[in-house]
Amino acid sequence: MKLALSDEDQAFLDEVLAFIVRHWPPSTRRPLEAAAVYPEQRQPEEAGWFDALVARGWSVPHWPVAQGGTGWTPVQRYLWDRETAYAETPRMDAYGANLLGPLLCAWGTAEQRDRFLPPIREARVRWCQGFSEPGAGSDLASLSTRALRRDDKFVVNGSKTWVSGAHSADWMFCLVRTHAETARPQDGISFLLVDMKSVGVEVAPIRTLGDQHTVNRVTLTDVEVPVANLLGQENEGWACAKALLDLERVGVARVAQSQVQLGRLKAFAGTFTQDGGTLQESPDFRRKVAEVEIDLAGLEALELRVLSQSGSGELAGPQGSVLRLRGAEIGQRINELFVEALGYYGLPYPEALLIDNEGAIGHDYALPALQGMLSSRSWTVSGGTSEIHKNSIAKALFEPGQV
Amino acid sequence: MDFSFSEEQTLLQDSVERFIQNDYAFEARQNNVKDEQGFSGGNWKTFAELGWLGVPFSEADGGFGGSAIESMIMMEQFGKGLVVEPFLPTVVLAGGALKIGGSAAQKEKYLAGIIDGSLQGALAYAEPQGRFNLADLTTTAKKQDDGYVLNGYKAVVLNGPAADVLVVSARTSGDQRDTQGVSLFLVPANAQGLARRDYPTVDALRASEFTLENVKVAADALIGEEGKGLPIVEQVVDEGILAIGSEAVGCMEVLYKDTVEYCKTREQFGQPIGKFQVLQHRMVDMFMEHEQSKSLMYMAAMRLDEGYTAEAQKAVSAFKVQVGKSGRFVGQSAVQLHGGMGMTEELRIGHYFKRLTTIDTLFGNVDFHLKRFGAL
Ligand SMILES: Cc1cc2nc3c(=O)[nH]c(=O)nc-3n(C[C@H](O)[C@H](O)[C@H](O)COP(=O)(O)OP(=O)(O)OC[C@H]3O[C@@H](n4cnc5c(N)ncnc54)[C@H](O)[C@@H]3O)c2cc1C
Repeated sequence: MKLALSDEDQAFLDEVLAFIVRHWPPSTRRPLEAAAVYPEQRQPEEAGWFDALVARGWSVPHWPVAQGGTGWTPVQRYLWDRETAYAETPRMDAYGANLLGPLLCAWGTAEQRDRFLPPIREARVRWCQGFSEPGAGSDLASLSTRALRRDDKFVVNGSKTWVSGAHSADWMFCLVRTHAETARPQDGISFLLVDMKSVGVEVAPIRTLGDQHTVNRVTLTDVEVPVANLLGQENEGWACAKALLDLERVGVARVAQSQVQLGRLKAFAGTFTQDGGTLQESPDFRRKVAEVEIDLAGLEALELRVLSQSGSGELAGPQGSVLRLRGAEIGQRINELFVEALGYYGLPYPEALLIDNEGAIGHDYALPALQGMLSSRSWTVSGGTSEIHKNSIAKALFEPGQV
Repeated sequence: MDFSFSEEQTLLQDSVERFIQNDYAFEARQNNVKDEQGFSGGNWKTFAELGWLGVPFSEADGGFGGSAIESMIMMEQFGKGLVVEPFLPTVVLAGGALKIGGSAAQKEKYLAGIIDGSLQGALAYAEPQGRFNLADLTTTAKKQDDGYVLNGYKAVVLNGPAADVLVVSARTSGDQRDTQGVSLFLVPANAQGLARRDYPTVDALRASEFTLENVKVAADALIGEEGKGLPIVEQVVDEGILAIGSEAVGCMEVLYKDTVEYCKTREQFGQPIGKFQVLQHRMVDMFMEHEQSKSLMYMAAMRLDEGYTAEAQKAVSAFKVQVGKSGRFVGQSAVQLHGGMGMTEELRIGHYFKRLTTIDTLFGNVDFHLKRFGAL
């Protein structure tokens, strides 16, 4: 056992760091969280980053090499994810690059791959995920959006909800019911790729806590989808969905992001005064920060352990769930500590910080801290609730053969 | 020992509860928030007509002679409705400072207006550098001619935008964190040299930052004795804690009950999600946190009612610690058990969660009151 990187990995890391410094120099970095980036809203520096990624062939490292992947080892991919998170580079559209892309590589026809993969790889398109419905959340298989086959088209009717980024997405991959009377609800579901510009697609915003707009209700009324946009076999879309939900557990521990946030929290606490000293000097506050730092160290160690054991680097199954759960909880805790650190300046309403030219009320970092705390509550809901992940870990413990 | 309410107290509770049920449904509340001043002037008038604005003041001062118990009763119900009308800043804080430290002339001048609903007030006690320490003040008041001149900065003053008069803490002597040398002044909102910046708060209230630049007040603006203002602010703030803590208890009741109702009706996997034991246990924990908080609420109110002693201060800090911890747990659990719905602005759940979050901060968070409890 040893912790140090091999010579090759060290050389790889140096190359990565040089690439990041060159194409995402500290001067271009935004002070706050590098939020999801929508193509049309990209800052010039962000466009430069994506161009550099594409030119270097590093935009979709985890795809098969034939489709533009890098063939990196799990350790190399980990180093890449970590360093880009530390540097808070813009992120590739996760729905296209992380979820749909690998699925297309595995299940798509040659035509579908040629058509859909290049725009994702080149960061020219945004996807969204239309799985959940008002009546089908944790119990996804109970979904009721209907798609009727008519010649070479499906006609889709129903409504999807909580669709992240639907308001700025070009395409949506979604699950629809193509066969109603099946023994198991999982059967009879198909996986469709829907052009958001299709007639009959309506997107309505859903405001979430802190008055943020990231999720939407998407209503589909007689939307025509060519049969060519069916991924996998008709009525067998559940298999694709399951493969995708497994992918949703990869790299979700948010270790590097949490480390960045924790560092910021400490710096932050150093600027608040309390009884003549700073908050960072207060034993109470330091103990809390130390506690979460130790939790985070444990999570990082677990991630590295899993990583060094899995040849493929895919963290499916119960360990993936553990990483996701712990990662979400730790991230939530750090967000809580931010708000706690703010004291009274956690009270001003986020938008009030931007109302005039006089600058923020209190501190300009109060804005993301408060919204961050509120929106971090969704980390134990979206992508499968904590309870559902625990159910699946329990299943792995009680019926190890079945998973 | 008796945990039951008197007949008058029961009547008061019933009347506030009825108002919340009939006139303060969540949609109505959201409309009040949208009002230009951030609350309903009509409701404020109703509060005055029903006599609620005079409840904590003595009969001699034109009030109804209520005590901490009455304040608790009203605020718990206000919490259930997530009431945004400024009862806390005007009646409990500004009114409280006058009640505790005001001269007969000051009471006569201001309390009648507070009680009849024509006067809004605010307590400007916090400063950016001081965090929760009430004595940590850089705002100064210097004697000049027949009065004082105030200079400094006051942070996050609730009801600042609507207030006609502010009660401002300032240093008349001593070092930045000395317990001696703090004085309280009544400053009219239109005083020369007083500038403010208004904003809404995350829990849909209104607040202001105040800058004081050579604000002149007369000698009779001083509340109590010069340099002896800290005990008054402390007592006002402790009464404020009882008030917002009671509000939090009301919020928690709504949250656990709403969650139980939701889990009875929301179906997944062919059954109401309330059938899943792991969720039942979480709701039981929410209920237990609420019960624990409510019990400490009664203790704090009864202690304060007996007199403002160290015992009372301890009971108030204990209550605040409990409410901070329980509020966080209950708020987060309610959101979690509602799934995606819990994250929406549309459902009332999230708004109670936000209020509980700010209540934890107001007047000192869990850490602050743990320390104070330990030191008392
Ligand atoms: C911010 C955000 C973004 C999202 N983005 C997307 C997206 O882009 N695309 C998409 O398709 N979906 C998205 N979702 C939806 C998300 O996947 C669902 O919210 C999630 O699956 C839970 O479903 P639900 O909200 O219907 O809650 P429910 O399933 O109704 O759950 C309510 C509560 O019941 C519990 N529960 C349910 N079943 C069980 C059980 N068997 N045992 C124990 N407890 C149980 C849950 O854990 C939860 O606490 C998003 C959600 C959020 C909040």
